[in-house]
Amino acid sequence: MSRIFVAGLGAVSPAGWTVAAMRQALDAGTPLPAEPLDQHRQKPLLGRMVPKPPSRPEFLSHPRLRRASAITHYTAAATLEAAAPLLSASSDARFGLLVCLQSGCVQYSCRFYDETLRNPATASPLLFPETVYAAPASHVAALLKNVPSVNSLVGDPSSFLQGLSQAAQWLDDGNVDACIVAGAEEAHWITADALWRLDRMASISAGAGALCLCRDAELSIGVELAAITDGHTYVGKRGRTAAARAMREQLTSSSGNGSGELLCDGLGSGWRAGGPERAAWRDWTGPRLSPKLVLGEGLMAGAAWQCVAACDALANRRFTAANVSLVGFNQQAAGAKFQGVSDFCRNQT
Amino acid sequence: MLFPTTLPSRTHACVVITGAGIFTALGGGWEENAKGFRAGRSAFRPVSLFDVSRQRVKTAAEADLPSTLPKTSLDDRRLDRLDRAGKMLLLAAHEAMEQTGWESGGNVPIVLGTTGGGMLFGEAYFRCAVEQSSRQRGQAVRAVCYQPQVQARLVMEALNFSGPITTVSNACASGSNAIGQAWEMIRSGRANRAIAGGYDSLCEMVFSGFDSLQALSPTICRPFDAGRDGLALGEGAAVIALETLESARQRGARILGELIGYSSSIDMHHLTQPHPQGTTTQAVMKSACASAGVTPEDIDYVNAHGTGTLLNDSAEAAAISEWAGNHGPELPVSSTKANVGHLLGAAGAVEAVVCLMALREQWLPPQLAFETPDPACRFPVVHAPQDAKVNVVLSNSFGFGGVNASLIFRRWT
Repeated sequence: MSRIFVAGLGAVSPAGWTVAAMRQALDAGTPLPAEPLDQHRQKPLLGRMVPKPPSRPEFLSHPRLRRASAITHYTAAATLEAAAPLLSASSDARFGLLVCLQSGCVQYSCRFYDETLRNPATASPLLFPETVYAAPASHVAALLKNVPSVNSLVGDPSSFLQGLSQAAQWLDDGNVDACIVAGAEEAHWITADALWRLDRMASISAGAGALCLCRDAELSIGVELAAITDGHTYVGKRGRTAAARAMREQLTSSSGNGSGELLCDGLGSGWRAGGPERAAWRDWTGPRLSPKLVLGEGLMAGAAWQCVAACDALANRRFTAANVSLVGFNQQAAGAKFQGVSDFCRNQT
Repeated sequence: MLFPTTLPSRTHACVVITGAGIFTALGGGWEENAKGFRAGRSAFRPVSLFDVSRQRVKTAAEADLPSTLPKTSLDDRRLDRLDRAGKMLLLAAHEAMEQTGWESGGNVPIVLGTTGGGMLFGEAYFRCAVEQSSRQRGQAVRAVCYQPQVQARLVMEALNFSGPITTVSNACASGSNAIGQAWEMIRSGRANRAIAGGYDSLCEMVFSGFDSLQALSPTICRPFDAGRDGLALGEGAAVIALETLESARQRGARILGELIGYSSSIDMHHLTQPHPQGTTTQAVMKSACASAGVTPEDIDYVNAHGTGTLLNDSAEAAAISEWAGNHGPELPVSSTKANVGHLLGAAGAVEAVVCLMALREQWLPPQLAFETPDPACRFPVVHAPQDAKVNVVLSNSFGFGGVNASLIFRRWT
């Protein structure tokens, strides 16, 4: 199988509309402020929202994005940031696009269903097409233009790594020159309400993260995809704790418990949901980064932020390798390892 | 490890189907559905699952769930966590697993297509949350169980399998994409076996969505008919068991057919409208043929996406006509959405099973209400029950967002 390199990163988060903004917030380490999502709710439903962009993104002038929802805007911005180095290097690169979601287009879905319950005869036909999981991928593919392969995957946050694995396969098959894997979510009071029922300490957030993968080491930002573990599914007697442990063992079988590598984990402020992951990494002595503590629970976007933060740390030569731990809510535990690529290696490939 | 994989070499293994389960408004199981599709029976009736009194259209192909589900490893409490869609998925998966005879307990990947997952739980959650009543019992379960991966996981548990779950949601192409992605997994040597399929149930939001777009037929769904006036919705599930020929032979398994080709791409013309000439559809059919090593002349029947909408059918008819060329006038085409409606995320999977039925039993599924062909059709539309020699078939699926997918199956003799 081909070696797979990271050619670009993109992020939209409560910290702002770039990877740099996210890095700055993570470096500061202070949880970003949360605000009420709906004043009319009985419960205090708080979320960490994406701020307005400093200037109107150019892609919003594309006719396909006029009525698109926030999740598409986030996906587009993160994807374009991740693809920018390749787009400037080659105008005819063929892109694969994988968009991973958990809640998906929840804002328009709730709005449309609310209109349906009030009176289906007046429910807006403009909203309905934007409710489908495939809408963000469709719009972003139209922006990128040369996209022979597109897929939308739904699952808990751990399935972001299935997206990375499928991208590696597409690249290996030679059907595309580069492949973007994005994870995105938008905030809505109903998602916050659902999260509140499962973990009262967690605070919902929104945004997107994207990795642009390629086979050409010359195009890399100095980061290589080293490994993705199996998905350790929660079925039968194997619950989250056992699956998290199995993932950790598979991921660090060669590197042990933290020998100079970064661990980018999925722990947030919610204690209950994080228990199995905390237990699996209890003996980790190396450096650790927990983006959710600062950015909030971004669901699939959160998984993407973890991968982006890990790769960004390697690209900036802060570490030589980084492990990403994703212990999903209700599907599986999976992990990934990225490693830095020295200039020597890049020239040799 | 998912990456890097340690494949001995690119195998391009022969992938066969050894189990197929189906549940639609025509009934449960292969036999009942084969009888209905072969006769061209139509399964539409007034919707009873939710209030349609204020909708423009009031019918759909609503299925009758059996009062008892097959005995599985799920106790009653966990069975209640499957919504209507999940129960249909369980019925189809159970039939496929009974047929294939795989020993339980194995690590088998499952790839499923859906557009809504456990959407009925999602709708109930929304209604309850909006009411803000003090009675919020069951909300935590709904919040978890509306998610497609949870429905899939419960079905895996019911059948005692434990592989990785992949949920594809490329709108109405999801079922075909799921089968195609499972095929790629086995063909490339990343798995020896896989379970694949699609499922979706009727629900108020989606019904209202298609009605608001005025995409639903107020009369009868007549794909490729010049007088067509829209699609009809349906519900159901289909699941197939795929494995390498080597694995099937080792077990002495009964082979239902061979999946020999697949391709998928995206039509970027518009979010909900295909390119009028069906250029992407043509490219995908060509690419699927190339992957199968066949030409249009080798195809004996096309199970079209054929929704019955003006735009889809004219674009697809143009694409099939152009792709088939001189073979067009001899190439029978039909859309089984005329019988069971548009099953959205389940459509591609159900139509794959219909293709397997046609290959095994040597007949073509007719559209009995078809009268006058659309001018773009340079091929015959099957409009009466007929026996036929069928060796290779192609199935098309397209979705909102523009994902197109084609699957090619071959008869196993």
